[in-house]
Amino acid sequence: MKSFTYERPGSPAEAAAAVARRPHAKFIAGGTNLLDLMKLQIETPAHLVDVNGLGLDRIEDTPEGGLRIGALVRNTDLAADERVRRDYGVLARALLAGATGQLRNQATTAGNLLQRTRCPYFYDTAQACNKRRPGSGCAALDGVSRQLAVIGGSEACIATHPSDMAVAMRVLDATVETIDAAGAARTIPISELHRLPGDEPERDTTLEPDELITAVTLPKPLGGAQVYRKVRDRASYAFALVSVAAVVQPDGTGRVAFGGLAHKPWRVEAAEGELPRGAKATAEAALAGAHPTPDNAFKLALAERTLGAALKQARA
Amino acid sequence: MKFDTPAGRNPIDQLKVVGRPTDRIDGKFKTTGTAPYAYERHDVAGPQAYGYVLGAAIAKGRVRAIDSAAAKAAAGVIAVVTTLDVPTLGLGTMNYANLFGGDRIQHYHQAVAVVVAETFEQARAAAFLIRVDYAPEAGRFDLAALADSAPPAKADSGEGSGGDGAERVGDFEGAFARAPVQLDATYTTSDETHAMMEPHATVASWDDDKLTLWTSNQMIAWAKGSIAKILRIPKRNVRVDSPYVGGGFGGKLFVRADAVLAALAAKAAGRPVKLALTRPLIPNNTTHRPATIQRVRIGATKDGVITAIAHESVSGNLPGGVPETAVDQTKLLYAGENRLTSLRLATLDLPEGNAMRAPGEAPGMLALEVAMDEMAEKLGLDPVEFRIRNDTQVDPNEPGRPFSHRDLVGCLRLGAERFGWARRTPTPGRVRDGQWLVGLGMAAGFRNNLVMKSAARVRLDPHGTVTVETDMTDIGTGSYTIIAQTAAEMMGVSLDRVVVRLGDSDHPASAGSGGQWGANNATAGVYAACMRLREAVAQRLGINSADAVFTDGEVRAGNRAVPLADAAKAGELVAEDAIEYGNLSKSQQQSTFAGHFVEVGVDADTGETRVRRMLAVCAAGRILNPKSARSQVIGGMTMGVGAALMEKLSVDKRRGFFVNHDLAGYEVPVHADIPHQEVIFLDEVDPASSPMKAKGVGELGLCGVGAAVANAVYNATGIRVRDYPLTLDKLLAQLPDAA
Repeated sequence: MKSFTYERPGSPAEAAAAVARRPHAKFIAGGTNLLDLMKLQIETPAHLVDVNGLGLDRIEDTPEGGLRIGALVRNTDLAADERVRRDYGVLARALLAGATGQLRNQATTAGNLLQRTRCPYFYDTAQACNKRRPGSGCAALDGVSRQLAVIGGSEACIATHPSDMAVAMRVLDATVETIDAAGAARTIPISELHRLPGDEPERDTTLEPDELITAVTLPKPLGGAQVYRKVRDRASYAFALVSVAAVVQPDGTGRVAFGGLAHKPWRVEAAEGELPRGAKATAEAALAGAHPTPDNAFKLALAERTLGAALKQARA
Repeated sequence: MKFDTPAGRNPIDQLKVVGRPTDRIDGKFKTTGTAPYAYERHDVAGPQAYGYVLGAAIAKGRVRAIDSAAAKAAAGVIAVVTTLDVPTLGLGTMNYANLFGGDRIQHYHQAVAVVVAETFEQARAAAFLIRVDYAPEAGRFDLAALADSAPPAKADSGEGSGGDGAERVGDFEGAFARAPVQLDATYTTSDETHAMMEPHATVASWDDDKLTLWTSNQMIAWAKGSIAKILRIPKRNVRVDSPYVGGGFGGKLFVRADAVLAALAAKAAGRPVKLALTRPLIPNNTTHRPATIQRVRIGATKDGVITAIAHESVSGNLPGGVPETAVDQTKLLYAGENRLTSLRLATLDLPEGNAMRAPGEAPGMLALEVAMDEMAEKLGLDPVEFRIRNDTQVDPNEPGRPFSHRDLVGCLRLGAERFGWARRTPTPGRVRDGQWLVGLGMAAGFRNNLVMKSAARVRLDPHGTVTVETDMTDIGTGSYTIIAQTAAEMMGVSLDRVVVRLGDSDHPASAGSGGQWGANNATAGVYAACMRLREAVAQRLGINSADAVFTDGEVRAGNRAVPLADAAKAGELVAEDAIEYGNLSKSQQQSTFAGHFVEVGVDADTGETRVRRMLAVCAAGRILNPKSARSQVIGGMTMGVGAALMEKLSVDKRRGFFVNHDLAGYEVPVHADIPHQEVIFLDEVDPASSPMKAKGVGELGLCGVGAAVANAVYNATGIRVRDYPLTLDKLLAQLPDAA
């Protein structure tokens, strides 16, 4: 960890301004990912702007019948919120499938969206990684890639986004509210928040460096059966090999997003029309153009089978 | 005390204290945070500076130059020692990779520098400022590619067992060719890391030329000798102290870079230095269980009598290293007139392969006991019955040499009964519970009992307190408690009158903790010392020691009863002795046995395997403390689940290192993976093992478990996976069609 300076601003706009003012400044919320990365010098901020204590920790009803979730709402609190459990079951289930109780107590809504990949080559500073050190190459491409992306990757990066919560947010069509150093607010559909790596894998999202997430808003409830099915090598405390977030209506239509497959939560709206025809047709449409490695080709079959299991559960 | 004839009746047989499920006497210290582990020895020497180790970024080659100027100039930095500053250090006993010194890089994350600073954070930050110029060389990292050309190798598990590269009895090839029922199958197991909770850690301090290491180590006498060899200083100038160890599993049998670099750093800094290996450094910097490729061939008559059995294993190691002794159990576990075992060793430039809990047997039993399951199916025999039919009461290699005590059959029969084995559906893939395909599997458990010299000192003070001093370690196993139980039984006092001091090299040298030999040998050493103390007490009290009965805090003889404490009124009594073994373990084979039974559910859609219940029935001589012994066995069972289902160090075969080198990437079972575990100990003694009549259980609990899991997965699904761990990707293609 490099030594850094630290401040606690008084408002979200001040926080954004504080980050804009200083070179190599970063926001810190729960710190469950950032502190680990700083210890390993994967992240080396010179200045930390602490956004805890800015009043961003409330969950409010919206006039449209949805929920506005403050950026600093802890994962534990969000999963336990009565409205979330009643109306957004896929989100509560995704949250509880992630990490551990201790981590969820600390991790925040915005921080969860912004957590970085768990690719082992990203974590090893002796190895080439374009995401960590742009232009250094990607050791994962011909290395150990069992956990890594099967679709949407590039010659520069095959990292996956590790979040469970983000997959549920994606299937719910959440929107992300931000504020920048000038105090300007903007609303970003979650589909446009996370990027594919392309030739700039160092950029995980479309946010500007001084742009602070203030809230995540859920539209009015979708109803239907809401399922989050996470598949992993051990029963708890592991990142997904494949996960499926599904909202299925009584007539068989619905929505589906996948985790563990790509640099972002993977949802192909056009493929959802196949849902009434079943998992195989839907997965084939959603995963067309996949480009797995020999290590992770199994994820394609697993994604289809997991979707099948999720649809069965939704119909049960 | 020489132990060369089987034990007769002795004071331990009273079983007033020994054999009871006593709580750990150190439990309250551990649960209240008052048992200091190595990194917490803040008070032993001071002021302590902090060390941070930098690991090599290449797998093989040379260090051309190291620029540490920026690190030396960084805030708080006291000293930087690089590998180019010191000549190549010596090798510790049974080690093959140099821990530090010189320009040669033998494996990834080999230590290349240590930074000493006023705080941990300063040392860590400065370490990232060091620039190392490497000259990398091509290395050998792919065991499978090198297996065919690997030469035969002599074996040594690092834990006392081993043998020649190949051993033959009769005519295996001929008998196998003639056998009406044959199995020829190849199994592969993965590299594994110990993943103990407490990382390797040391506080080092020099007093002139005398070095003290407060560290975390399983084998204190070995550590003292190895440090002297590595640093090329006289052994008498080294003291090692390791009273609490937060898990070792073989990863702390040997001196590691933490101890060596703390010593060098303390010298350079001119003050005590505290240093721990960081978690991401441990899998590549230290030792690991090597991967194996094992071929098992079994030939049998149609009624299931084994006539030919062969087990051949290939593993890899650094130059000078030894193979994983994966075939050892096959020499002893089943009868059969024609036998072949062999080991071959490929030279690899991966980190050093060495002992991890049940070295040899853990991966070896995984192959052998799956092969036995496959063979039982070919024969149309129940797997329990097939094993019973091929039981042997003598060493099959030397039929004149009996087992000292062997009740494998008892373990299997009782286990089958308690587990409800008769309700198993032999045809695989037939039992469904909702989404789960359910199966039962079993395996024999087997691990040798090793005897080693072990010494202790016992003191009696005027208050009647008995203090035991030995360099034995408690690596979470319960050594403190069984040693206290032994001394209490021998001296006729209650457990709260006994104080146990462990892990200090100034104490008499014990057998240490490894190879499941610790419990029997260390308590036998305490037994020997207590026999001496009893004589001294009797003499002091003017009682004939043959007539003295030590009980209820008194010494009784005839009508006389004297408080034990009275013997020390005129001054503390001190006695020291060691247990030393004769030829009993050579004339008789001493081993431990188990029956492992497992029920799994395999998700029919995703292939996720979850263990539903487990049972181990163990026959291991006298169980000194059923509570701590049970903890040992359930820990072993848990490790067996890990080996079967998830534990794997993934090798980057281009760059030559274990990629998933932290506890996020290297998955071990968590609570949610482990269901109800039941352990039953057969009520038995083995008088050939020691005066304690006990044998080890710490590795027995692991040996065979992985095979029982794999056999249960086969019974659940009909899919036979021979490449471990058995992760879901290996099942997917053959699972029932998805809905």
